[in-house]
Amino acid sequence: MHPAFSVIFLTTLLGAGQGLYLAMVTGQLYAVARFLPAQADQFYAVGSLVALLLLIAGLGASFFHLGRPERAWRAAAMWRTSWLSREVIVLPIVMALVFAYGVAHWFEWTQPLFQVGAALQVDLTLLLGVLGTIASLALFVCTAMIYAAVRFLQEWHTPLTVSNFLFLGAASGFMLAAAYSAYIGNPLVTFYGTWAVILTLVGLASRLAHLRRNARLKHKSTVQTAIGVRHASVVQKAQGATGGSFNTREFFHGRSQSLLERLRTVYLVLVFPIPVLLIGLSYLIGSSNLPIIAFFVQFAGLLIERWSFFAEARHPQNLYYQSVA
Amino acid sequence: MTQLALVIDLNVCVGCHACVTSCKEWNTSGWAGPLVDQNPYEGSPTGTFFNRVQTFEIGTFPNTETVHFPKSCLHCEEPPCVPVCPTGASYKRPDNGVVLVDYDKCIGCKYCSWACPYGARELDAQQKVMKKCTLCIDRITDAKLSERDRKPSCVLACPANARLFGDVHDPDSEVSIAIRERGGYQLMPEWGTKPANHYLPRRKTRMHIDPEELTRVDNPWRKEDLTDYTGEETLDDVAW
Repeated sequence: MHPAFSVIFLTTLLGAGQGLYLAMVTGQLYAVARFLPAQADQFYAVGSLVALLLLIAGLGASFFHLGRPERAWRAAAMWRTSWLSREVIVLPIVMALVFAYGVAHWFEWTQPLFQVGAALQVDLTLLLGVLGTIASLALFVCTAMIYAAVRFLQEWHTPLTVSNFLFLGAASGFMLAAAYSAYIGNPLVTFYGTWAVILTLVGLASRLAHLRRNARLKHKSTVQTAIGVRHASVVQKAQGATGGSFNTREFFHGRSQSLLERLRTVYLVLVFPIPVLLIGLSYLIGSSNLPIIAFFVQFAGLLIERWSFFAEARHPQNLYYQSVA
Repeated sequence: MTQLALVIDLNVCVGCHACVTSCKEWNTSGWAGPLVDQNPYEGSPTGTFFNRVQTFEIGTFPNTETVHFPKSCLHCEEPPCVPVCPTGASYKRPDNGVVLVDYDKCIGCKYCSWACPYGARELDAQQKVMKKCTLCIDRITDAKLSERDRKPSCVLACPANARLFGDVHDPDSEVSIAIRERGGYQLMPEWGTKPANHYLPRRKTRMHIDPEELTRVDNPWRKEDLTDYTGEETLDDVAW
C-alpha cells in the first residue's frame, strides 16, 4: 500500500495523545490510592491540554486524507458496519472527555461527590478520568480495526494490529508524560518512565510477533485465482493503460525492498532500545533532558514504524499490476 | 431477486479495447461523469476508467497463449466495499443488484478501494470522489430506450460479441445459460465476495502444424513450373 502522511500522522498523534491522557489518569489513580504523592491539579490540567492538542493535530491530519473534507460530517452515518464511522464518533467523545477532565482539574472541581467503601472519595475528575479511559481504549480499537478489519490486506488482518496500535500509542504517551514530568521537574519521571519502558517492551513483543507472522504469511490470492487460469506460468504483458492510474499509485509504495528492510531496522532501534536506554540512563545520572529526547526519538521511530506498516501490506489487486509490483 | 451482471467470454475477447473507449465515452458525458484524463498528451498520462483490458501471457515460449482480460466492477453479491463506507455513499441497489456510489455523499476517504480485492474502484482526480463501473445504470434503466439499447455501452460496442449482459439469478437468461453450459467462473472465489460478473474460460484448441510449414521454402508455384523446356515460345517470351 502507499503510505499516506496524513494517515501516518493521524494514527501516531492520536496514539500519543490518548497515551498521554491515559498516563494522566493513571497518575491520578495512583495518587488516589496513595502510591504516589498527589500532584497539583494544574499538572493534570496541562497534561490533558497537551493530549487534547495532539488529538486535534491528529484530527487535522485526517482531513488531508479526504478528497472532500467539507463533507467529513457525513462520516458518522454507518456506525453499524464501518469502523471508520465508529472512529469518527468515538474521537470527538474522547476529545470532549479529555477537555472536560482538564477543565475540571484546572478549576479544581475536586469536591467529593460520593464515597465508595471506607476511603475512596469519588470526585468529578475521577469520574471523567474513568469515562475518558474507556473512551480512549475504545478509540484505540476503532482506529486499529479500520486496518485490521480489511480481510484482503492479510498483513493487517490480525489482532496484533490492534495490540500494536494500543501498546505503541500508550508507550509514546507515557514517554511523553515522563518527558513532561522531567521538564517541569516533578518526581513522577520515574513512575511514568517505568510504565513507558514496560509498555515499550510489550509493544516490542507485539510488533515482533506481527513481523514474524507476516514473514510467514501465505497469501490467499494468486495471479491464477485473480484471472481464473490454472497454469503455473502467467505473466502480465499489458496493464490496460500507457501511464499510471489510481490503482498503480494507491496500492504501491514505490520503494525498493532493501529500503523497506533498512527502515524496519531503523524503527526497531529508534522505537524500542534507544528510548529504554535513555530512560534508564536518566535514572542513573538524574538528567531531565534524556526523557524528553527519549520521547522524540521514539515518536520519530513510530512515524517510520507506521510508514512500514502501510508499505508492507500487499493488496490482492496488485496481482493485476505485476509490472508495478 | 434480480442480479444484473456481465459475462465475459475470454475465448472471444481479442483485446481491442473497444469496450474501454465506449465505456469512457458514454460515462464521461453521462450520469457518472466526467471521467477526466490528466496529462493526456504528456509523458505520464493518467485518468479515470471504469473498465480496463489487461493482457496476460500464459505458458512458456513457444507454447504460449495470450489472454486479454477485461476487468471492471464485478458487482459482488456480498460487496465488501459497501459495509466499510462511513457515509453510506457506497450501496447496492436492492432492485437489480448493481453496486453504485452516491457522488454527493462520498468524502473520498478511499476506504472502499482498500476493501475491494479486485481494484475495481478508482478515485477521480478531479472530482475527488470514488468512481466505478455503474453497469451503465442510466442506460439499462432508461425505459425510453429500445430493449436492444438497454444494455451497458461496453456490451454494445464489443465487435467480437465477447460480452453478455443479463440477470444471473434468472436461470433461463442468456448469461445464466452461458455460465452453466460454458463453465463460467468468478474471480478470486476464495474471498467469498460472490462476484456477479462471470468469465467464460478459453477453450482448448488443437492445431496440427506440419514441420514444413515452419521453414521457408521456394515458391511452390515455381517448383511446379519446372517443366522440361524445349525451346518453343512460352508466355515469358512474349513481348507486350
